[in-house]
This record gives sequence, C-alpha cells and structure tokens, in this order.
Amino acid sequence: MRQITPVFKREFLGYFRSPIAYVFLVVFSIAGVGLSFFVGGFFESNQASLDRYFMFYPWLFLFLIPAAGMRLWSEEKRTGTIELLFTLPITTLDAVLGKFLAAWSFLSLAILLSLPMAFTVAYLGHPDWGVIATTYCGAILMAGGYLGLCSLMSSVTKNQVISFVLSVVACLMLLFLGWSVFSNVLNSLFPVWFVDLLSNFSFITHFDAFTKGIIDPKDVMFFVSLMAFTLFLNVVALER
Amino acid sequence: MIEVKGLVKTYGAKRAVDGVSFSVCRGDILGFLGPNGAGKSTTMKMITGYLRPDAGTATVDGISVADDPVAVKSKLGYLPENSPGYPEMTVEEFLSFIAEVRGFRTKSSRLAQVDRAIGLTHLAPVRKQSIETLSKGFKQRVGFAQALLHNPPALVLDEPTDGLDPNQKIEMRALIKSMAVDKTIILSTHILEEVEAICTRVIIISRGKVVVDETPAQLQARQPGARLDEIFRRLTASDV
Repeated sequence: MRQITPVFKREFLGYFRSPIAYVFLVVFSIAGVGLSFFVGGFFESNQASLDRYFMFYPWLFLFLIPAAGMRLWSEEKRTGTIELLFTLPITTLDAVLGKFLAAWSFLSLAILLSLPMAFTVAYLGHPDWGVIATTYCGAILMAGGYLGLCSLMSSVTKNQVISFVLSVVACLMLLFLGWSVFSNVLNSLFPVWFVDLLSNFSFITHFDAFTKGIIDPKDVMFFVSLMAFTLFLNVVALER
Repeated sequence: MIEVKGLVKTYGAKRAVDGVSFSVCRGDILGFLGPNGAGKSTTMKMITGYLRPDAGTATVDGISVADDPVAVKSKLGYLPENSPGYPEMTVEEFLSFIAEVRGFRTKSSRLAQVDRAIGLTHLAPVRKQSIETLSKGFKQRVGFAQALLHNPPALVLDEPTDGLDPNQKIEMRALIKSMAVDKTIILSTHILEEVEAICTRVIIISRGKVVVDETPAQLQARQPGARLDEIFRRLTASDV
C-alpha cells in the first residue's frame, strides 16, 4: 500500500506537465457556469442557492470525466510505459488505486474551483451553507463513481478514442436510468417497482438527495460501492 | 541466481515460447540471441513478471515470480525493448519517480541514486530535458539509468544497444561489462559481435526453443574459422 504514494504523485503532477490540466479546468469551469447562466436561468431563478449550477453536473460529468479518465490506462498501453510500471515493485492494486486517486483529486480540484460561485451567492443573498456543503460532497462522490467506470473502460483498450466512447456510453446508461424523461418512458412499459429498481442504479437518483442537503448512507454507499466494484474489475482487466 | 524452467507462452494459436529452460549465475553475462519473433522478449517479460507464463517457472534469487512478483521485481532492473519512460517527464523527474517506487523515500537518498544513475549513463547534459525531446540514444540511456538505479543484483536488458551509434555502443558494452562483476545480467541482441565482445554465455533461441546454450568459444568451435553470423544462420535456418 505504501507504493500508492509515488504512483499518485506522478499521475497527479502528470496532468499539470501537459496542457491537459489547464484546458480541462478552464473548460470545466466555463461549461459549468455557462450552463447554469444561459440554460439554467441562474439569475432569473432569484434564489440564493447553487441548485441551478449543480443540476447540470450529471450531464457535464458525462463528457468531461471520460475526457479526464480516458488516458489513465490507454495511454500507458499505447506508449508501452505500462510494461515499465508493472515491472516495478508494485502490485496492480497499488497502481490502480494510485492512478484513480490522482484523477479523482484532480476532478475534485476542478469541482472546488467553482467555490467563487458559492461566494457570489453568499454575497448576493443568504444561502444555506449546509446544503452547499453536502452538494459539494455529493458532486465529489459522484465524480468518483463516473471516474471508476472511465478508469475501467480505459483499461480495456489502448485506443483513447475507444476508451472515451465506451466511457460515455457506460456513464450514459447509468445516467438515463434515473432521468425523469427516460423513466416516464419506462413506466409505460414496465411495472413501477421495476422502474424504481432500475433508477436505483442511476447517478441522478443518488445525487439528488445531496443537493437537498441530505447525506443518506445509502447514497454514499452507492457511490463507494460503484467505485469499489469498477476498480476491482479494473484490477482484473489489467491482470488478465 | 536466475533460473528458468520449462517456460511456455502461447498467443492464440502461436506458441511464442516453448519450454525454455536455463540458469544464470552471478558474474555471468548471458547473451540471448535469436531471429525476430523467436521468443526472446517474451521470455524476458516472463522473467520480469510482466507476462504470466502458461507453464513453467522463473525464479530470481530463489524466489518464484509467480509466488512473489513484487519481491522479484525489486531485485531486478529491467530495460524494456522500446519504452524509455513517460514522455512528458524530464529525465530527473522520471528517475526520481523510479527511485521513489524503488523505496528511496527521503529526498536526499533519492537524489543520491538519481545522481549516481545519471553519472553512470552520462545523462548530465539532458537531466532537465523532457524525455520526448531526447534522441534515440539518450532515450535508451534513460531506460538503462532507470534499470540500474537501485543497484539491483540482476539486470534484464532487452536490446540495450539498439539505436545507439557505434561510439555509444562501445561505451554501453564497457558499462555492462564493468557491472557484471557482482551482478547477473541477461541481455538480448541481434548483434553477434556484441556477444563475442562481452558475453560469457550464449543462448540461441529459435521458434520458442533453446537450440544453443554454451560459451561463445564453444559456439565458435562448432565451425572453426566461420563467422558467428554464419553459425547463427545455420542454427536458426528453420525459423524464417
């Protein structure tokens, strides 16, 4: 387990050694704020809350997290550095966790860069800081869930484009299950209990509670177990 | 020191390595020869624990790679065929990362190892340069520096002189030879003069099988007066 640290450091700093980090952080911030201003009606809502900002997160993550996660293993496979990595004295689990945690920290950084939005809201009104705090927790946990899937998809191919597309499709499926438009369609086809069961596997269903200021252990467990499960498969895929 | 027994690796329908066995002692430089695709690299990858053999065992210093891959990997230095390192890192950053993974946790011990490796492989002029900008010769030396950084008891070098100019080749050979005093070295090569110049033993592998395992002098004695490449050609004629 001690070997996680060097892998983590290399991977995390790796984002900043290339333009990826800066492009990603800028696009993430602009896209997030842009969606909430122009699509979400952030000002028109006339409320001192970040609801209109975070409501787009599941959709923003759908494209941006695969973009950040697609290189995790694909790039190592393409450049051949994976051979170097796995002939160093580390276990596959160390490598998977080190890389995952590095990417997750990077995404958390991107999410926390939206804090000026929270301060703006606080300047203009009196937001509920408790709700804002739980929403940030939820967003970071949800990012971990998305990233677990992306890391897994990245480990099955050395082509970053394929890795990106597979990740988007996988995330899209988990997203759709809880999207109201989609579940209305399902409701007309299947019994309600079945649709509810399906929507339990969705990011949106579990993220919603956080945005209302509730930290439900069930929701936390969902994201944590999604991460654990995908990372386990990730190790299996790499050792195959 | 390094012992290989009945290694087998199959890719699809092709048996890349077919029951390779040999052992190497401390102080030996084993030259691993064979036509392209004969199974040299695959065998080396199985010794270093990167590939899992379908059958057979490889042990380093009495430890089986299958039982304790991490322990074996910490005893080996490995130069992969064509992956010198992470392209976006500088030589110094990369070697420092390797030192950290190899267990040099304090900054001063890390720096000492990096300086030693840089000194041995004459990388000082490019230490602040990113690996992707280096010439093939320098890249190769970075790979070599990485392999000997922790002063391992055994080195596995896959085509160490590939891509070097004649002067660098001679220098690299001298370096390998000087290190053999207290190490076990396995190197693969296409260049037969290299075998004559530095190896104390030769293994020729053809179609995944060992066809020759003797000293360079014995190999020469098979056909007195003939050049080594003629002998090599005759022995591997079946592998086209």
